[in-house]
Amino acid sequence: MSDKPHYTLKNKENRRAFIDGMRDGIPIGLGYLAVGFSLGIAAKSAGLTPGQNFLVSILCNASAGQFAGLTLIAAAGTYFGMALITFIANARYMLMSCALSQRLDPNISWWHRLMIAMGITDEIFAVTVSRPGYINPNYTYGAFVIASPMWASGNAIGCFAGNIMPDRLVSALSVALFGMFLAVIIPKARESKIIAGLIAVCFAASYAAAHLPVISEISSGTRVIMLTVALATGAAVLFPHVEQDEEGDDVNVA
Amino acid sequence: MSHNVYIYILIMFGVSYAIRVLPLTLIRNQIESPFLQSFLYYVPFVTLAVMTFPAIIEATQSTLAGVLALVVGIVAAWFGGSLFSVAAICCVVVLVSEFFLV
Repeated sequence: MSDKPHYTLKNKENRRAFIDGMRDGIPIGLGYLAVGFSLGIAAKSAGLTPGQNFLVSILCNASAGQFAGLTLIAAAGTYFGMALITFIANARYMLMSCALSQRLDPNISWWHRLMIAMGITDEIFAVTVSRPGYINPNYTYGAFVIASPMWASGNAIGCFAGNIMPDRLVSALSVALFGMFLAVIIPKARESKIIAGLIAVCFAASYAAAHLPVISEISSGTRVIMLTVALATGAAVLFPHVEQDEEGDDVNVA
Repeated sequence: MSHNVYIYILIMFGVSYAIRVLPLTLIRNQIESPFLQSFLYYVPFVTLAVMTFPAIIEATQSTLAGVLALVVGIVAAWFGGSLFSVAAICCVVVLVSEFFLV
């Protein structure tokens, strides 16, 4: 039996990871605040109080998933309908969770697995996978403790006060999340022509899917899953990526 | 039939969390299959790329501002900008350009 990794904050390296996570959580949180405001307005029209919407947000941490749930609450749908729509709108997190499972130390404790899962959002997943080697859960926790309360606060304030931010500011802050996604994927595109080509194909396919008849009718959450499965499968078939000691690459398999 | 809002919230939480926690707890070892390994290796890039575009040009008041943010963001990331700086640069590009465009 190999040793369990220790992720206690008594260790300097772990504290460093936690602080790095908090630092990267700030731009995520600012984006969340902006998006949260607008979702808060939708929550208000669905009949939620600011407190209830804060609760939903701190528990679910999912923009598309929460929005789907709100439409169901507004329509007084069934509980089964709620479970189904939440599943569909959030199913992409299942793929992210699978991908993250391959980046954890196999001996990491259950407790950490349960807590990391709470932090799987598009953005926190993005910053977490961008770190080299095994994931240090403290990094994810640091990002989560900053970003999630900002998300929930944005949701509560939006619900309470309507949209108090000027449109210009909302518009500017709304690209923060995408900027972070670019900061994660582009450096890898510089190293690997395959990744660069893949990203170009992804952009083109995603643009087409958003505008083609029939496909564009599908909810954006479902489109993300369909495109991810199709394109990652294509890439895996055409360019198998076997984790060997590829120079400069993260050692994901110890 | 009336529905309790807290039961709705509980279902939303239960399903969202189950989706996130099951793969992470059930897949406890390194996957051996080269195909699945490759697939999961590509998933983050694909899913983030697909979520970024065209959403970035639809999020802003002016489409052109979104395009500028995309281009500047790619350049900044290419030259090694950190998460925070690329995010901030994109925001500033939109804020400034929309003063002229909107």
